[in-house]
Amino acid sequence: MAMNPTPRYAARRRKNAITLGLSLAATLFGLGWLVLILGTLLYEGFSGLSLRVFTEMTPPPGASGGLLNPIMGSLVLTGLAVLIGTPIGILAGTYMAEYGRHERLTSVVRFINDILLSAPSIVIGLFIYEVMVYPMGHFSGWAGAVALAVIVIPVVVRTTEDMLTLVPDTLREAAASIGLPRSLMIIRIAYRAAKAGMITGVLLAVARISGETAPLLFTSLNNQFWSSNLNAPVASLPVVIFQFALSPYKDWQALAWTGALIITMTVLVLSITARALSGQRKQS
Amino acid sequence: MPTAGRRSVVDLALQSGALQASEASSRSKALERLRLGDTAFRHLTRAAAYAVLILMGGIIVSLVAGSWLALSNFGFGFLVSERWNPVTENFGAMAPIYGTIVTSLIAMVIAVPIGLMIAMFLTELCPQFLRRPIGIAIELLAGIPSIIYGIWGLFIFAPFLQDTLQPFLIGLFGNVPVLSSLFAGPPYGIGVLTAGLILAIMVLPFITSISRDVFEAVPPVLKEAAYGLGCTTWEVVRNVVLPYTRVGVIGGIMLGLGRALGETMAVTFVIGNAHKVSASLIAPGTTISATIANEFTEAVGDMYTSSLILLGLILFVITFIVLAVARYMLMRIERRIG
Repeated sequence: MAMNPTPRYAARRRKNAITLGLSLAATLFGLGWLVLILGTLLYEGFSGLSLRVFTEMTPPPGASGGLLNPIMGSLVLTGLAVLIGTPIGILAGTYMAEYGRHERLTSVVRFINDILLSAPSIVIGLFIYEVMVYPMGHFSGWAGAVALAVIVIPVVVRTTEDMLTLVPDTLREAAASIGLPRSLMIIRIAYRAAKAGMITGVLLAVARISGETAPLLFTSLNNQFWSSNLNAPVASLPVVIFQFALSPYKDWQALAWTGALIITMTVLVLSITARALSGQRKQS
Repeated sequence: MPTAGRRSVVDLALQSGALQASEASSRSKALERLRLGDTAFRHLTRAAAYAVLILMGGIIVSLVAGSWLALSNFGFGFLVSERWNPVTENFGAMAPIYGTIVTSLIAMVIAVPIGLMIAMFLTELCPQFLRRPIGIAIELLAGIPSIIYGIWGLFIFAPFLQDTLQPFLIGLFGNVPVLSSLFAGPPYGIGVLTAGLILAIMVLPFITSISRDVFEAVPPVLKEAAYGLGCTTWEVVRNVVLPYTRVGVIGGIMLGLGRALGETMAVTFVIGNAHKVSASLIAPGTTISATIANEFTEAVGDMYTSSLILLGLILFVITFIVLAVARYMLMRIERRIG
């Protein structure tokens, strides 16, 4: 390698070293935020974490209390949203991958679905306010659950279609060759082959909605007390965090941090599980 | 042997319990039932696919219907009016639209170069065993709910900026002619700049992961050929990877922009909710989504509510266009690679 380090070559190498150095710095910068945010959350959230958080209701200002009613509210809303959104999402994804793979309808639905996937969630809140809260005349837990379901649907449609498309056609042909009707082929063969990926999709959807605040602000609103009535406003963790964090009371702010810690940990566990599931599938 | 095929269908259905034993006594009846189930399932899935379209249609129709009162009252003047007076019921969207665009621009100016740099690091420089963990860590950043960014921005980031960056910027540009107006006013901590910075942190992972995906899709042969000619890593990225993936990268950037424009909670915490167009980046402002989040439940009167829904419609139209362009570009690059 008798290459003479001409000035031009040296300059090119220098430029390369600088850019690569910058890219390393950018990566550290990006990871730095993750560490910073998680660090503060752990620090601020853990100090308020106690059994009381999970056993007591949200307190009035100045008193001690927990987050039991918003935690339950969030669980119920999320569960309902998944129950409403997942079947619709899976069926729509099934049509796109199994029946209409090359139809125009499929590409239109895919395009619209992708836009819904990243549409501002506050607009979905306004939509549900218009179609449910306003006609019913009051805020309700049902409205909140439906608003979250509208966010679940595009996530599940997307993953279901992707995962069913990956199922090898030979499996379908084998099923058809023994005379299995198409619907049974899809339910018993294709769904089974794509199961891990489809579960991943649902997990990702749950992760997505468990922190959603904007669509709940004017659908399920908030409730200071325990409520098992889904026709009335229901407390949810994100909305309570929003309200408590912006309040001037120290106790409320501390509870907001604890709530934030709970949500973030839930979301992180869900997304890591989802990734582990889809990673397993890739390797096998 | 067609009969063998028929038989196995019914047998399978019998085993799976899809048929009652009594019904199975008549094979033609059973087959008819299977056929009906098949058609029903097909139509069910088709209806679900249409439901996605109906959902989108429903959003548009309900927003237009809800904002009709404000739309017919203010007309296009709504877009350029800066007034926002709930008492006299006089509303205009200038300040929120301005705030939305400025905060998103700040976010993109910061997040695009850094995101591309990280993508380059992950695809070209990073040791193989670190690629997946770092990639996942960046994606986890994308998974953190926006309200977390909001509470963190309000309690940690805004006070930090108030003490450090903002006084520094005011001091640095205070005497420079044009720039001084960009940083005029006292350092509140919260404001347009803070919101833009938080948005930058939020969209960074989106831009990074999409850029990384399209960078990885560049055929190795192209890169190897460039390396073979003696190109440095940067020259390969600059002259081979970026031109090849340009459409996809722009798609990713637009997707990030769509997120930034519609982001609500993170911005609501730190923007200050002030309905005015201010040249200063450190002054409090508002965005479309923050205005809706802050005021909707407290809005009294049909005109107020309708104006807020009209804001929502404007936001939806803007993000729809941005996201549609993004998807179109990403589809183009997928077609080329696939």
